[in-house]
Formats: sequence, C-alpha cells, structure tokens
Amino acid sequence: MSPVSLRRWGWIHKWSSLICTIFMLLLCLTGLPLIYHHEIGHLLGTEVEPPVLSSPMPQGNVDAVIASAKELYPAKKPMFISQEADVPEIWNVTLADHMHDPNYKPIAVDARTTKVITEPAFEGGVFMSTMLALHVDLFMGLPGMLFLGFMALLLLVAIVSGVVLYAPFMRKLDFGTVRKERSARLKWLDMHNMLGIVTLVWLFVVGGTGMINTWADLMYKYYQKNELAQILKQYEGKKPLPHTASVHDAIETAKAALPGMRVAFVAFPGTDFSSEHHYGIYMNGNEAFSSRMYRPVLIDANTGQLTDAPVLPWYLKALLVSQPLHFGDYGGQAMKLLWALLDIATIILLGTGLYLWLKRGKTGNATTKVAAHAHPHPHPIPSTHTLTGKRP
Amino acid sequence: MIRTPLQVWGAPIVLGILTTIGLISALLGDGIWDAVSAVALGIPCLLGFWFGMRRTPAQRSAL
Repeated sequence: MSPVSLRRWGWIHKWSSLICTIFMLLLCLTGLPLIYHHEIGHLLGTEVEPPVLSSPMPQGNVDAVIASAKELYPAKKPMFISQEADVPEIWNVTLADHMHDPNYKPIAVDARTTKVITEPAFEGGVFMSTMLALHVDLFMGLPGMLFLGFMALLLLVAIVSGVVLYAPFMRKLDFGTVRKERSARLKWLDMHNMLGIVTLVWLFVVGGTGMINTWADLMYKYYQKNELAQILKQYEGKKPLPHTASVHDAIETAKAALPGMRVAFVAFPGTDFSSEHHYGIYMNGNEAFSSRMYRPVLIDANTGQLTDAPVLPWYLKALLVSQPLHFGDYGGQAMKLLWALLDIATIILLGTGLYLWLKRGKTGNATTKVAAHAHPHPHPIPSTHTLTGKRP
Repeated sequence: MIRTPLQVWGAPIVLGILTTIGLISALLGDGIWDAVSAVALGIPCLLGFWFGMRRTPAQRSAL
C-alpha cells in the first residue's frame, strides 16, 4: 500500500471511529444488561410468573382476558396482546389511548382463568427501561433511533478501514502478537489490532443488524403504505366500522388459516401492525428459524372474516432475521455468555482506540522507529501517527 | 522477516469463517445447532482472551 493511500485510510479510520466511539461505548455498556434482561427481570422480580393452579386448566376465552384488563383502565383501548412461546399461561395485554401513548399500560392476565395477575413494572422497571431507552433512541424517539443508526454506519466504516490498515501493521508480526515489554502505547496498539481482527465478523454483524433495527419503524410504515395498502384496496376510503368481532374467534380463524403455527401477538386496529379495519394476528412457528418468521393474518375487525394471510416482503424478513443476530438470544445461555464476552472485548477495543488517539505524538519512540526502519522498503510499516495525523 | 499475505490473513480468515458458522448455526436449529454455534463463536473469544493475557509473546520480529 502506498504511503498516500495508507494516510487516507488512516484518516477515514480515525474520524469514523472518533465520532462514533463515545456512542458505541454507551451502546456496549447498556447492551450488556440487555443481553441478560430475562435473568435480571427474575432477580428484580419484574418478570411475571404464572400462578400455580390447583388443577390444570385449558386456555380461556381471549375476549374475557381483554375484558379483565380493560376493567382496570376503562378509558383505554387494547393495542396489543402477546403470548411468549415458553409462557403460554400468560397474555400480556397493552392498553393505551393511541399507538404512541407514552402512558400505555401493560397488564399480565392469566390465559386460563382470564383473571388479571398483575400490572408488571413499566418496561421491566426503571433500570432496565433506562438501559433500553439509552440503547435504542437516547430518549428521543425516531430521530434518536436514526442518529444511533448513523453512528452504527460509522462503526461499519471504522471496521472496514481498520481491516485495510491491519495488513501493513502486521507485516512483521505473528498473528496475535501483543508486545508488552516495550511501551504502553505499543502494547495497546497491538491489543487494539488483535481484538479488532478477532471480533471483526461478530462486531460487523452486530453493528450492521443494529443499524437495520433502527430502520424498523420506517420499514413498517413503508409496508403499510405499499404492500399492505395493495392487499387492503377494497377498504380504501371506507370509514372503519365498530370493532365488534370477537378476538378469540379471530385467533381461531387465523390458526385454521395457518395450521401448525402459534399466535405470537395480536395487533389491534390503529396500530402500525394492523389497519384501521383489521386485527393483525401474528403467527410464528415453533422451530429455531420459523419462530422468527412471523406471518400476519388479517381478520376484519367488524365481520370477523379473514381478509388475507400475506407473506411479508423481503425487507421485513431481513429485519426479522437481523433481530436475533443483534440480540444474541437464539443460542441459549452459552451464546448469551459469548455475546457478553464479545461485548466486553469491544469495550476494550474502543477504549484502546481512544487511548491511542489521546496519546498521539507522545512516547512515540518505538513506533517512530518502526516507521523509519521500514521507509526504504516498498511496503512501509506504518506508525500509529498515520492514524492520528501527526507526522513523526 | 516480512510475512506473506497468507501468513497475515490466514488466521483472520479462519476466525471469520468460524464466527460466520457460529452466527448462522443457531439460527437454523436447536440442540446440536446451538452447540456448534457455541464452539464456533467460542474459539475466537478464547483466542482473543489468550493473546491478550499471555505473558511472553512469541516475538520473532525482525527488528
């Protein structure tokens, strides 16, 4: 690589990482507890446990479940009801004034007795909801989300430019060498290069899928305006009729339409996941991959008739696949632990990068020597000054 | 001694392939698929830890 292109890549790596580093540190630190949100929920007691019944009972009527929840907040409307695959004893009912009501009410209802169990801590309690908000949108909604998505894009640029710079730095070193006996600066430079190359693919995937996740709201909106609007052409311009159809029956109709699948959640009319006229019954499979591939069944909320069970477009499928790849929640406890370790490795990677920039130009003896030594060679070994912009 | 491109990129490519296998395997199935993921993702993790913590690096630089 010529010295000019080396300097260019160095400039790209320096600025892309400098701008995103502080946000990436925040995302790594807040992401760490999010990996273990279930376990933390159990510890804090914010995770709802289904009550033990004296005798086993079958699933009750879903309309009764919704009615029980509504008794607590008669003025609010149901937005979503959901059921986790491993906890079929509980329906999580969300009541709100409208789709973006900040004072929405989560209510856990026993799916068998149809009695309210509890009102769970809001978004898992103060600690976890703060972690989540800092991780997702910095308390700023869609603009905050898209901003973090842009920071993720800068991270991807930093990763690519870092890989380009890796080879010239490693020309005289064995893989994984960390020179600890010379200077602190050289030690942390080697550590930065080693951790960067070891975590490369993981960090690129987690960063890339994180970026895709920030576009989720936009994708749903696009879907509603395009593919979904096509499917619902017959309803165009019609005023929504009262939502009198039974949700329980709608779920049964959806199950009959897609046999072998289970109901993950139901989106009520007026949410981003349905239409003004429909219950959106979201079904998924019970195997590793099929459990991620939701399929909506649209049931007319007035007549209870099935309108369509569309296959989601490619971009929503891509979003659904990118979610587990970002969360690391699809391979059991071993994967969660590895996700946490790789997250910590990333924190060290970011920290060493920041350190190398802060210590630029000082105690650069060893690296200057490397650069001077290599100068007559057609492929010079770069010094870290290439990255920090100061000539040795 | 100047390393050849294969010497520089051999290990990173192997680790990259391992990580890719690890990320995809658990998506496709449970049980053995999760175990493959754990091993394939665990190797880069262990190597990073090992290279970062070991006391005497195998220093064979020409300098």
